[in-house]
Amino acid sequence: MAKWQTIKPENKALAWVEERLPVLALVSNVVGPDTPTPRNLNYFWNFGSLAGLMLVVQLISGIVLAMHYTPDTSLAFDSVERIMRDVNYGWLIRYMHANGASFFFIAVYIHILRGLYYGSYKAPREVLWMLGLVIFLLMMATAFMGYVLPWGQMSFWGATVITNLFSAVPVVGEDIVTLLWGGFSVDNPTLKRFFSLHYLLPFVITGVVILHIWAKKVSDSGNPLGVEVQSSADQIPFHPFYTIKDAFGVGVFFFVFAAFIFYDPNAMGHPDNYIPADPLVTPDSIVPEWYFLPFYAILRSITFDIGIPFTDIVIIPAKLLGVIAMFAAIIILFFLPWLDTSKVRSTRFRPTYRYFFWFLVADMVLLTIVGGKKPEGIWPLLGLIGTAYYFAHFLVIMPLLGKIEKTLPLPESIAKACAPKAQAAE
Amino acid sequence: MTMKFFKNIALALTATAALTGAVMAAGAAKHPIQQKWSFDGAFGKYDRASAQRGWQVYKQVCSACHSLKYFRFRNLAELGYSEDMIKAFAAEYEVAGEPDDAGDETVRNALPQDAFPAPFANENAARASNGGALPPDLSLLAKARHDGSNYLFSVLTGYEDAPADFDLAAGKNYNPYFKGGQISMAPPLAEGIVEYEDGTAATPEQMARDVTMFLTYVAEPKLEDRHRMGMNVLIFLGILSIILYLSMKKIWKPVKEGKNFYDDAE
Repeated sequence: MAKWQTIKPENKALAWVEERLPVLALVSNVVGPDTPTPRNLNYFWNFGSLAGLMLVVQLISGIVLAMHYTPDTSLAFDSVERIMRDVNYGWLIRYMHANGASFFFIAVYIHILRGLYYGSYKAPREVLWMLGLVIFLLMMATAFMGYVLPWGQMSFWGATVITNLFSAVPVVGEDIVTLLWGGFSVDNPTLKRFFSLHYLLPFVITGVVILHIWAKKVSDSGNPLGVEVQSSADQIPFHPFYTIKDAFGVGVFFFVFAAFIFYDPNAMGHPDNYIPADPLVTPDSIVPEWYFLPFYAILRSITFDIGIPFTDIVIIPAKLLGVIAMFAAIIILFFLPWLDTSKVRSTRFRPTYRYFFWFLVADMVLLTIVGGKKPEGIWPLLGLIGTAYYFAHFLVIMPLLGKIEKTLPLPESIAKACAPKAQAAE
Repeated sequence: MTMKFFKNIALALTATAALTGAVMAAGAAKHPIQQKWSFDGAFGKYDRASAQRGWQVYKQVCSACHSLKYFRFRNLAELGYSEDMIKAFAAEYEVAGEPDDAGDETVRNALPQDAFPAPFANENAARASNGGALPPDLSLLAKARHDGSNYLFSVLTGYEDAPADFDLAAGKNYNPYFKGGQISMAPPLAEGIVEYEDGTAATPEQMARDVTMFLTYVAEPKLEDRHRMGMNVLIFLGILSIILYLSMKKIWKPVKEGKNFYDDAE
């Protein structure tokens, strides 16, 4: 961790405050001129700040929506339509919020893949990585509950399917489901508690984001080469260099975001959610939002019980096994720092692992496609293969490959690799 | 490195394509007929004349069975009708009024702020009048189906004689664009069922196009505002991004030249 720098503002009033509560120093030391940062971060490092910004977009647009939305099964759908038709710029705020969820996940998925490719989860950044995963889990819960609020067909049936998963938990499953529902089916109490929690969780996320950034300050940013900072020749101040680079990233990211909001705002939603919820009519196929599809595919891919062979005794029924697999798909990421046995961080210097990394990405794309299809024909088989490969990547390939792979020689330092003149200039 | 990166992407894409193959399960309903619409594209707008004709079709044909609960008479102003005309349209309908002094229920003529009155008092009444089928509310239909506008046009014009091997239920009509192929609604748009005020020939296809225009407007009334504002936002963000890019290049110049920013750099 770089040395903590204090700040003495010229302005007397500011100096008085700073002495008593060093806010300026906090900013300066975390994302400011006093934050030495590797000089070689590429554009994949933009997605952390982009995810943070999307959190802010979601908070602000969500708070405004909550001023007009009514969490009651008889009024929820109508109140959303009122926002779309009669609230000033309501359509804009709602489309921002709905597409914002997708773009938040886009930013976070790229951020996670960045960490995966460049080994950002390895010592000393394990806690930083795990806090990120906690944020990811909280985001999933928040997004799921948010999708229920418009009380359309997909809202209702998505909520029914996902909450029902918990009934697979042995012994207490049914009680958990009753507690989630606040009754004996998805109904008004469910909608009201989901609204309350959907409002609460983003602030919990904000809290964990602060811890995540704190952990980043302690262990410093990683970098595409994966070699630790050797001297300050490897570093440049965060401000102005990465603030301007992040700002440019925001411009481009928001351009794409705006293109969706204004020109195809329903592209990432499901048409069925413009049909009011009807407990008596089940939609053709119940699909979650696109960002849940890989995990949904894993959940549905398990269709067999685990039992004692040649008897009828079932130890783990298929439903429970599917739920376990789905949660395990994320929980397994918490153990990455120890599952990856390679001493080299960056995949850039791991010629064999590089192929497996892209196979994993392809596998995730496959699972996303499978998750959106009805489970018939070839899809369940592809889902099962995809699921098996997903776990094999982390449980077999990663631990073994780290031990046997011949890695490429690492550069001596960031400065030597990226700015030879920085060394010569001494 | 860049080349390698693209090679990796290509590898990932090939792997995905190979894994998924070209297996595309055919859906139950026929893919909607693709029509060109004035509201398509970044500069799309609603065709006022067509939407006004569509309003006439809705009023004279569809509204016998289908409600339009999110549409208020005042919204007609956005289709180019004057205030007086809107008042006149509304006055043709009766809605529930405030209870009178004795507490009895009253009816009054509709006003511009009222929603279009539903044809049936409740779902049971609607089903009873339609052989058990429920005519859906049309306010959001253009958004509540895949490729909604083309879907509406296709269902309205897509009635055919059922194929010999098709098992058509009694009271149903064959329509390949409708899920399951059979629809309770009889072909609604017969030649000349509407006499257009502007003199346009009311062919079934013309009426289907016009009412689709109207219903797309009702489903997404802010589309024109959205398109207009979007252009401004994109131009702004585009210019901003260019300026930020150029600023970044300038600020980063010393870094690219290998300058050290810390005195204690060894």
